[in-house]
Amino acid sequence: MTNSIHDMGGMHGFGPVEPEPNEPVFHEPWEGRVLAMQRAMGYTRLWTIDGGRASMEVLPPVTYLAASYYQRWFLGLEKRVVAHGLVGADEIAAGKSLRPGRRLNRKLTPADVPSTTTRGNFERPAAAPARFKAGDKVRARNLNPATHTRLPRYARGKLGTVEAVRGCHVYPDTAAIGAGDRPQWLYTVVFPARELWGEEADPTVSVSIEAFEPYLEPA
Amino acid sequence: MADDPHSHSHEHGSELSDLQLRVRALETILTEKGYIDPAALDQIVEACETKIGPHNGARVVARAWIDPDFKRRLLEDATEAANSLGHISPVGAHLIAVENTPEVHNLVVCTLCSCYPWEVLGLPPVWYKSAPYRSRAVIDPKGVLGDFGVKLPAETQIRIWDSTAETRFLVLPMRPAGTENWTEEQLAELVTRDSMVGTGLPPSPADAKR
Repeated sequence: MTNSIHDMGGMHGFGPVEPEPNEPVFHEPWEGRVLAMQRAMGYTRLWTIDGGRASMEVLPPVTYLAASYYQRWFLGLEKRVVAHGLVGADEIAAGKSLRPGRRLNRKLTPADVPSTTTRGNFERPAAAPARFKAGDKVRARNLNPATHTRLPRYARGKLGTVEAVRGCHVYPDTAAIGAGDRPQWLYTVVFPARELWGEEADPTVSVSIEAFEPYLEPA
Repeated sequence: MADDPHSHSHEHGSELSDLQLRVRALETILTEKGYIDPAALDQIVEACETKIGPHNGARVVARAWIDPDFKRRLLEDATEAANSLGHISPVGAHLIAVENTPEVHNLVVCTLCSCYPWEVLGLPPVWYKSAPYRSRAVIDPKGVLGDFGVKLPAETQIRIWDSTAETRFLVLPMRPAGTENWTEEQLAELVTRDSMVGTGLPPSPADAKR
């Protein structure tokens, strides 16, 4: 969802950042299992990375905030395997498989694992030339879709400058809801902190977002 | 499950135990239904703990400090430059290196989730994924830097990169003074994870000795 709790940029009240010295990769072994299950199920290509993000964004805000990071991943994954008909809610409740699984096109084997430590390529051929170029003034549109988007609330309606054109990429807003890649041009758009946060903001600070073309209009 | 290498017997209070049971149950269900292979999961965990990590990014930064041509290529196409090193784990598309200078300090965040250049830095630390960092980095970056004990000159421009797409950002920190004759390997030792996110600075040779 668009306006849910995950969209945190600019919120107050969460307190200081608390770095942990010599932090381990995983604090508990189950965290590693959750990450690995997520990667292995992602390999089946039954959903996209954006679909995965969307399934966590629909968690109730109180659940989202109370859960640790890998707890959220787990809750999202559990929700997703049920939503995709891979596992029955009765099986989740029973804690075991009650019937054979569906046949899937891809299953991650140990031999495939090295390929999963390199990120996939989200760039796609462009159907049309880029609408904007570096230096163009743009305004982030005031979009509030009920479904997944990667346009953060704090940038909506704000005036910025295109700094770079990053190629044409899978569009998260459609990929998340099973509506296809619908590739869109991607731009780095930079906003002065004063545009985002008002005249009192620090004049030495600027913030950029990675904005897909449908998020922007000429200004 | 008694002989399952992934069974965990330690206690962490009832809530966490319940979670551990649910995680284990889901792995069992997905395995029994033929969707996942636990041996592949073992390898993913091992890769996260050993193969990927900030040592990869540190090699990239150290090379950029000693080799101007590599640095130029890194700032042009960080994926291509990182992969040309050969001795680090392969890096996928859209890695972008952003250079700290005396005028500009870069800081990377993902306000919407936890996007992080894990191929070169390893999995993100808890603080990077936490609400305090995600909420404040874009509105109070100097306060966030203060939480890390970093104080920059007042006139330094601060640039926040919110990782809202599949592009990933690696900060190229400034090379510390007093390292003129250092080897690439010695320099790599100075490159901390936080210095490549922008929440830290590489230590000076004197600080590194302490």
